[in-house]
Amino acid sequence: MINVEHLTKHYGRVAAVNDISFEVNKGEILGFLGPNGAGKTTTMRILTGYMPPTSGAAAVAGHDIFKESLEARRHIGYLPETVPLYPDMTPRGYLSFIGKIRGLDSKTRKHRISDVAEKVRITDMLDRLIGKLSKGYRQRVGLAQALLGEPDVLILDEPTVGLDPRQIVETRQVIKDLGGEHTVILSTHILPEVSMTCERVVIINRGRVVAMDTPMNLQRRMRGADSLELEVRGPAEAIEAALRAVPQVLAVACRSVGPEVNDFAVDCEAGSDVRETIASAVVRQGWGLRELRPAAVSLEEVFVQLVTAEPGAA
Amino acid sequence: MIRNIGAIAERELRSYFVSPIAWVITAVFIALWGFLFSGIISGSRQADLRPLLSNFSVTFIFMGPFLTMRLIAEEARTGTLELMLTQPVREVELVIGKFLGALLLLLFMLAVTLVFPAILMQFGNPDRGPILSGYVGVMLQGAAFLAIGLMISALTQNQIVAAAVTFVILLTLWLSDLLTQQIPGPVGQIAQYISITQRFQDLPKGVISSRDVVFFLSVILACLFVSTQIIAARRWR
Repeated sequence: MINVEHLTKHYGRVAAVNDISFEVNKGEILGFLGPNGAGKTTTMRILTGYMPPTSGAAAVAGHDIFKESLEARRHIGYLPETVPLYPDMTPRGYLSFIGKIRGLDSKTRKHRISDVAEKVRITDMLDRLIGKLSKGYRQRVGLAQALLGEPDVLILDEPTVGLDPRQIVETRQVIKDLGGEHTVILSTHILPEVSMTCERVVIINRGRVVAMDTPMNLQRRMRGADSLELEVRGPAEAIEAALRAVPQVLAVACRSVGPEVNDFAVDCEAGSDVRETIASAVVRQGWGLRELRPAAVSLEEVFVQLVTAEPGAA
Repeated sequence: MIRNIGAIAERELRSYFVSPIAWVITAVFIALWGFLFSGIISGSRQADLRPLLSNFSVTFIFMGPFLTMRLIAEEARTGTLELMLTQPVREVELVIGKFLGALLLLLFMLAVTLVFPAILMQFGNPDRGPILSGYVGVMLQGAAFLAIGLMISALTQNQIVAAAVTFVILLTLWLSDLLTQQIPGPVGQIAQYISITQRFQDLPKGVISSRDVVFFLSVILACLFVSTQIIAARRWR
């Protein structure tokens, strides 16, 4: 649905986007992740036809974004980072205007407006002035605008910024529901958002793609070895020795919590599931096994690792 | 094409009327014209609209910039320009739509001023031809002013800058008539050619000269064309 090939964009001598290539399949939700200034917004602006790339090509729904810009734009719903609203209009008037530009006739327009208003929960606000709405509602009016024309592709630049926690959860659900029917690219610098909503993640830093995979795979890949975390009641040194005695265990680190209860981090060979072996080893000695769980590498750690591993390219 | 232009023009016109701009400027405009009208009529005692229409340029030099300063500059500042440029809309449709929105407001203002010829007809028997051609002239000139303002508004994100620059340009066009009397030679000729006052003198007399109509129309088309190019060029930054 979306094809990006060797996209590069220079602002003067600075490369904001540097040779980015990726693909998004129909119905997929792709997360676009990167620190501020990584090139997320620039990439999205190129994809939506707002600005041309310095070099490279991109196609949306089979239409080259530069050569057949108008046709490509018909297939895209776009929510820019600064939500583009006319404060002197009501959401209804605003959406109606967008509908006209999108070529919807008046009956379809009415129908679609009440549809999307319900979807993003702004039905009660449709006839107030946009300028008087709270930030959260404005953000949602912006999202409604992107959804209005039932575009194949949705490009959402930080769609949950400025929302309160409940609205964030609601909005994520809305986005999640969009997958399947619509192809979605969403940018964010909030990591849990990606693992919650996206099927695939592109991590970019300094204008380059540093990783591209499913959130699960990224976490797994970064872990390398399997790690376990244990909480055991008993003598720390004896427990540590017992843990080391398990053949697949590579390293044990003890983080004592109290005089009785101790915390351990255990690294094991990748793929070897030694949870049961360790559990029985501990219990056999009569120590109290209070907790045993696989240590998950959070996407944050993956992200920080990837972004800091990147040598200073500037 | 027509649909997009229509939607944009309609939105623009609505936004003029929900803000105080349209009302304040129309009110000031009518008040000024009323003042001039009563002064001229009580002085001359003639059922003649010509002197009033001749003063249109002056009043509109001051008011035109307020009508056009917002057009593109405001959208660029608030980010709605990004929305418009990522919709299936051509730059030229955006420009023409904006221009038509402003033009419709001008027509509204001029429609209100029809009260002055109506008063003349009530109490006298004015020549209708010159009034009609005079209004055609006022419309053309006003439209040219709006097109110039629109073009300047496309150059900046700052409404005040847009208004100030537009005002200076309109003032220069108007004052260049004075230059024609001061400076002989080609400079004077150029000044005479661009002088809006010169252009404007025949129309209220009942003479619609094709040269003058062509002048105003070409100013309008040139400004709309340049505005389109400016907006298209913004993408490259």
